[in-house]
Amino acid sequence: MSANQVVESLLALSQQEELVDLPKDYLLSESEDEGDGDGERKHQKLLEAISSLDGKNRRKSAERSEASLKVSEFNVSSEGSGEKLVLADLLEPVKTSSSLATVKKQLNRVKSKKTVELPLNKEEIERIHREVAFNKTSQVLSKWDPIVLKNRQAEQLVFPLEKEEPVIAPIEHVLSSWKARTPLEQEIFNLLHKNKQPVTDPLLTPVEKASLHAMSLEEAKMRRAELQRARALQSYYEAKARREKKIKSKKYHKLVKKGKAKKALKEFEQLRKANPAAALEELEKIEKARMMERMSLKHQNSGKWAKSKAIMAKYDLEARQAMQEQLAKNKELTQKLQVASESEEEEGGAEEVEELLVPDAVNEVQMNVNGPNPWMLRSCTSDTKEAAAEEDPEQLPEPVAHEVSESEGEERPEAEDDTLLREFEERRSLRKRSELNQDAEPAGSQETKDSSSQEVLSELRALSQKLKENHQSRKQKASSEGTVPQVQREEPAPEEEESLLLERPERVQTSLEELEELGKEDCFQNKGLPRHVLEGQQSEKTPNNWPDAPKEKKKEQMIDLQNLLTTQSPSMRSLAVPTTIEELEDEEERDQRQMIKEAFAGDDVIRDFLKEKREAAEASKPKDVDLTLPGWGEWGGVGLKPSAKKRRRFLIKAPEGPPRKDKNLPNVIINEKRNIHAAAHQVRVLPYPFTHHRQFERTIQTPIGFTWNTQRAFQKLTTPKVITKPGHIIKPIKAEDVGYRSSSRSDISVIQRNPKRVTTRHKKQLKKNSAD
Amino acid sequence: MKVKMLSRNPDNYVRETKFDLQRVPRNYDPALHPFEVPREYVRALNATKLERVFAKPFLASLDGHRDGVNCLAKHPKNLATVLSGACDGEVRIWNLTQRKCIRTIQAHEGFVRGICTRFCGTSFFTVGDDKTVKQWKMDGPGYGEEEEPLHTILGKTVYTGIDHHWKEAVFATCGQQVDIWDEQRTNPICSMTWGFDSISSVKFNPIETFLLGSCASDRNIVLYDMRQATPLKKVILDMRTNTICWNPMEAFIFTAANEDYNLYTFDMRALDTPVMVHMDHVSAVLDVDYSPTGKEFVSASFDKSIRIFPIDKSRSREVYHTKRMQHVICVKWTSDSKYIMCGSDEMNIRLWKANASEKLGVLTSREKAAKDYNQKLKEKFQHHPHIKRIARHRHLPKSIYSQIQEQRIMKEARRRKEMNRIKHSKPGSVPVVSEKKKHVVAVVK
Repeated sequence: MSANQVVESLLALSQQEELVDLPKDYLLSESEDEGDGDGERKHQKLLEAISSLDGKNRRKSAERSEASLKVSEFNVSSEGSGEKLVLADLLEPVKTSSSLATVKKQLNRVKSKKTVELPLNKEEIERIHREVAFNKTSQVLSKWDPIVLKNRQAEQLVFPLEKEEPVIAPIEHVLSSWKARTPLEQEIFNLLHKNKQPVTDPLLTPVEKASLHAMSLEEAKMRRAELQRARALQSYYEAKARREKKIKSKKYHKLVKKGKAKKALKEFEQLRKANPAAALEELEKIEKARMMERMSLKHQNSGKWAKSKAIMAKYDLEARQAMQEQLAKNKELTQKLQVASESEEEEGGAEEVEELLVPDAVNEVQMNVNGPNPWMLRSCTSDTKEAAAEEDPEQLPEPVAHEVSESEGEERPEAEDDTLLREFEERRSLRKRSELNQDAEPAGSQETKDSSSQEVLSELRALSQKLKENHQSRKQKASSEGTVPQVQREEPAPEEEESLLLERPERVQTSLEELEELGKEDCFQNKGLPRHVLEGQQSEKTPNNWPDAPKEKKKEQMIDLQNLLTTQSPSMRSLAVPTTIEELEDEEERDQRQMIKEAFAGDDVIRDFLKEKREAAEASKPKDVDLTLPGWGEWGGVGLKPSAKKRRRFLIKAPEGPPRKDKNLPNVIINEKRNIHAAAHQVRVLPYPFTHHRQFERTIQTPIGFTWNTQRAFQKLTTPKVITKPGHIIKPIKAEDVGYRSSSRSDISVIQRNPKRVTTRHKKQLKKNSAD
Repeated sequence: MKVKMLSRNPDNYVRETKFDLQRVPRNYDPALHPFEVPREYVRALNATKLERVFAKPFLASLDGHRDGVNCLAKHPKNLATVLSGACDGEVRIWNLTQRKCIRTIQAHEGFVRGICTRFCGTSFFTVGDDKTVKQWKMDGPGYGEEEEPLHTILGKTVYTGIDHHWKEAVFATCGQQVDIWDEQRTNPICSMTWGFDSISSVKFNPIETFLLGSCASDRNIVLYDMRQATPLKKVILDMRTNTICWNPMEAFIFTAANEDYNLYTFDMRALDTPVMVHMDHVSAVLDVDYSPTGKEFVSASFDKSIRIFPIDKSRSREVYHTKRMQHVICVKWTSDSKYIMCGSDEMNIRLWKANASEKLGVLTSREKAAKDYNQKLKEKFQHHPHIKRIARHRHLPKSIYSQIQEQRIMKEARRRKEMNRIKHSKPGSVPVVSEKKKHVVAVVK
């Protein structure tokens, strides 16, 4: 086995270094034994020599004394037999005997096998170890390749790599190591302890803890929300009450009172059904009110106000009305309740009552419908009062008339009350609303405005209804007609005198519609206009185009002419010499020339070059500057050109440049663009990472400044490649930083498990010993 | 009729507080802002000039040592603390913010050869010419206590360098062999040798912490694996390497400071060719240290200057020197990558800015934006001749300047000779050796 093979096998079995180490240990221990064995042997020899002196026991059979499996090769000696081992004995063939046949066979088998190679020398083995270790380490390191590459190519690196979070030690940790030493500190601590102030976490007093336990956060939140709601509601109600209190209209208050009374009655009735005892109490209250009235006579004509009203009543309708009301009130209040007298009534005193309480029909109805229902009496009285009012129109002619007129539209007075209340509401809401609000009902607004005078109101209502009907019918008409142009609506309706209020929304509507129509017209016009314009443009273009085309053609022709001319002149010149030679030359050459000409017939190099040169010359010529402003001082527009005079006036002729350097050189183009002063600032050689000058130019041409870029783009373009935080320690990259798992075993534990180096040290010591 | 009105949202032009800048609406139409390249070029030129104007890197000099400063060490947890060992055996601990020495220890007799801090920052180790390794507490002794080392290990031979493991309680010393020590024991847990020359420095790899690199006086750099307790590979250079430093961001990259005025950056997996040869010094390079960002390193040289090299450039971007600074023996880049410290022969430790024209302190956002923009402009136009000339211009002491000229001539002569040899011999008989390969003598497995 060659050394190379050994190397290979070791590479494969790099893990099993201990195996390699074992024989070494073995050797070492042997060498150790060697020293001891030598001394022992000498001692044995000495003993034997001494024992042989007395003559007895001369022959002692050789035997092995150690019980060890390990037998050193150096221990095998001829010493035991006492004879010298002669080489001939070894060479002598083993005598044939049946017992030795097996041994022979074994020997033969051994002979056929190869001998074991010598072990490698130390240097070689170490080299192999190193190589194996190096390969292993390289493998370990190659896991960093992608990270290193990524970091090298990264647009931006932010250091320190790991996001270190500030470690905040809990207070009890800090406190645990700290003790009160000075008297002041001790005093403070004593105070704290006395007051059960906690020193350690969670820094809460018992009271605080209890309060924490008392209510959870959600509960507290709910409660707070409830409170807030209640407070809000309260404020709403307060506001409402204040608002209602502010209303000065008597009518409104009267109505409200009436409504309240009605409501109370209703409730009372319900109460009577549900809870008669409570109802009785209510009745008692009413009775008490009656008694009070009778005692105070508050609503008689005796009061100061009543007297003044009585004086005014002659002239003032309202005063009269007020007096009437008061008297009615008085009557109502002083009316005795029938609770107790129910039985009396039944007994027959009904007639008296009827006499007291006026109309028959009403009473009949009452008797019929409600029977002996004392609780209905009050409503009855109110009815009767009204009826009474109706009955004597002589006394109160105007209010009645008014009432009648009021109730024209609606059948029932109660319903009217409701509508009135609604009207108030509406008025209030309308006050809030903006004037232009189209949602407001025209009728409603109308009513509210005129609610001060009832007659006007009723009239208007009637009118408005009429109008509404009219309007609807008109609308229907309009919709049915459809084709009628809507512009007609603009015209004021002549046949009806529309009220202002009604007119208002209508007007808005019409104006809106007008706008729409205008828009439509506009768009129609627009649609029309482009067509016209396009047509115009086309028509303009076509005349333009027509003369243009021949111009271009003409130009092309001219260029062709020039081409011919210019190409001819130098070619003539250049051909001039060859032609003279040509005459002298053979026809063969001419043929060849002809062939070449034919071969390159397609690409006229000379012509191309001349064209290029001409273009270069054109490009380098300074250009005229035209400063004419079309439409300035004259009519402008599409297709109109500024006048020739103007153009002449505002055309700045470029000065004739210096003559071109290649003017007299027919075969050369000299680039005159290069500016020496600018060249000093220009890059001469393409810098390293770029492979083409285009790339480099592009990087230079894209500006990065805030003048040309938005704030965000500017920030992005100017981000530095490496960002470090001042005052932060940047630690070396770690496997955990980049997502690798760091090796779980620590380096030191690995060393301690690996015993090799210790043995080498051991070996050195042994060597020293042996040398001694 | 519809009336068109101007309507503006005040949010678009009213600032929130009076400290805000007035918002100016801007039209970015390129036609309105012509000449972008020339304008930016001028801005770049101005930025470059201003950078040179403001380039004042020298911050402070810490004096107090009574002999040349031989070694420096950073505190791993505290930016303001620096340790230094001098040639008279004195160790000083400095506070950089106060620029004061806060503690002085007579640690050894003779040189303090090496100093290193423990990874936790509670103690530090020194080795000296008196064949001892000493461990010291970082905090000073209490009142009335003696200044005494925590542990002292007496060795048989002189230790020339020391470095501490980055994560565990293990340190390595070098001298005749590289020893790995457990902090708790007085005998090394393993020692590795390869060759018989004395080893001048040993450094742990900060990322793969079981790797070590050392350089010996027989011109070689040897790499070791602590776990497998065996050397890995050896590269022999033209001349002796004084020290090496591992890149803290790239596990397999290290840079060697060589006597032949150059620095060599190697990929440890391919030692036969250095990744980059950094040349600019005009005398032996004595020390090298990486920036914690791993993008640059600083080197200290016998030519009385320190230079900053980007890792991927062969020429330095910056050279620092002062009239009084003598041979610079040791150099360190601080852990926040903002400052550089160097200790030199004439007993001083100097503090430099890593970026010469950088403004120190807190920058407002506008200053920051301007700085970034200027930096980008300088980068963008760096190849333009005027800007390049201004950016590269440095004043050098006469000795260094003349040395550079002289060496340029020598180099040119060598190159010419080589070219001539190639020209006048049979094609292919004289091989063309690249600059990178020229300095590597052999790689021993």
